[in-house]
This record gives sequence, structure tokens and C-alpha cells, in this order.
Amino acid sequence: MSLKEEIINDINSNQIMLFMKGTPDMPQCGFSNAVVQALNHYGVEYNSTNVLADPDIRIKLSEFSNWPTIPQLFVNGKLIGGADITMELHNNGQLLDILDSAGEKTE
Amino acid sequence: MIHNFVLYLVRKFFYLIMDPEKVKDLILNEIPDAHVEVIDTTGTKDHFSAIVISDLFIGKTMVQQHQIVYKALGRFLTNEIHALQLKTLPKDQWAKENS
Repeated sequence: MSLKEEIINDINSNQIMLFMKGTPDMPQCGFSNAVVQALNHYGVEYNSTNVLADPDIRIKLSEFSNWPTIPQLFVNGKLIGGADITMELHNNGQLLDILDSAGEKTE
Repeated sequence: MIHNFVLYLVRKFFYLIMDPEKVKDLILNEIPDAHVEVIDTTGTKDHFSAIVISDLFIGKTMVQQHQIVYKALGRFLTNEIHALQLKTLPKDQWAKENS
């Protein structure tokens, strides 16, 4: 599998997938940390990839998602957004519904 | 010393150093009707916070709205612009939130 295929596979096979700088235990960037804190707040399970592990991850991911910055949160294979959108959805109460929908079939 | 200053001016001319006005110009080039406010959040000319208000965002998801702004910033985002906090919204929603 190419790196790009691995990334797409991660996005599609994990109901909640976070691409971030650092790890959930040790985020390396305030924006990534904000999303981790939001996900931890709801107590949901998620998988994550540390984009700092290999510079190519970020390049291939951004090509696929058409999103230039990190973090990137995917639910059911769909890009939810970066830190700003995730925090906005958290503040207006919509993030819970989105995370609840993880695992449900979406059209 | 003078050499460094000349280099600074050359880089500034070619947008290699950003400032809030240039970020605003880039966004307005892509979305001419937008109301744009940009601030330098760290004073280091590479971390910015922007609010973009435009009716171009009507009917678009938040992801699509941000993608329009990211497209406007092109290769500058992640190169000269290391981080951009972004809020996008249509005019009527902005009016609602600020009434």
C-alpha cells in the first residue's frame, strides 16, 4: 500500500480519525491539543496519526483532503474540519451529534 | 546591516514576509465582496487570526467556506503563514451574532 492509500484507509476504516501534530498524550501544537481536549471531553474512542512522524504524511493527506493545515478531524470518512471548525461545533453543541453519528451508515 | 535591510525589503516586496494587510488583500482578491478583518496574533507576522464575512458562503458547509479562504491564500498558507485561526460566515449570520 502506498502512503496515500494508507492514509485513505485510515480515514475510511476508523469511525473517528484525527491527524495531528504529536500524540493525544503529548500534543505538539495548541490547535491539535484543542481538538484532543474536545474529543476527550466527550469520551469517544478515536485513532490518531502524528503527522510529524513523516513530512510526507501531511503532503499526501492535504492532497487528498484539500485542506492545508493540521489538525484534521474525520468522522465516518468525512472531513469535519480543523481546530477552528471543531471548536465552533463544540461550542454550538453540534459536535456531540456528529461524534454520536460515528459508526452509523451515512449516505 | 544595510545588506540585511535590503534583503528584508526584497522579501517583503515578494510577499515572503506577511502582514495582516497582505493576508487581507489575498482574501479580497478571491472574494471581492468580503468584509475581512485580520490580526497578527503573535506579532511575528506568521500567525494570524481572520474573520471573513461574505454571502459567497451561503449554502456552503463550514469546510467548504474555509477551503475558499485557504485557496485564496494558496501556497502562502503553511509557508509564510504558519497558522491561521479562521472564522467564516455569511452577512446575515454575522448580523445575527452581533445584534
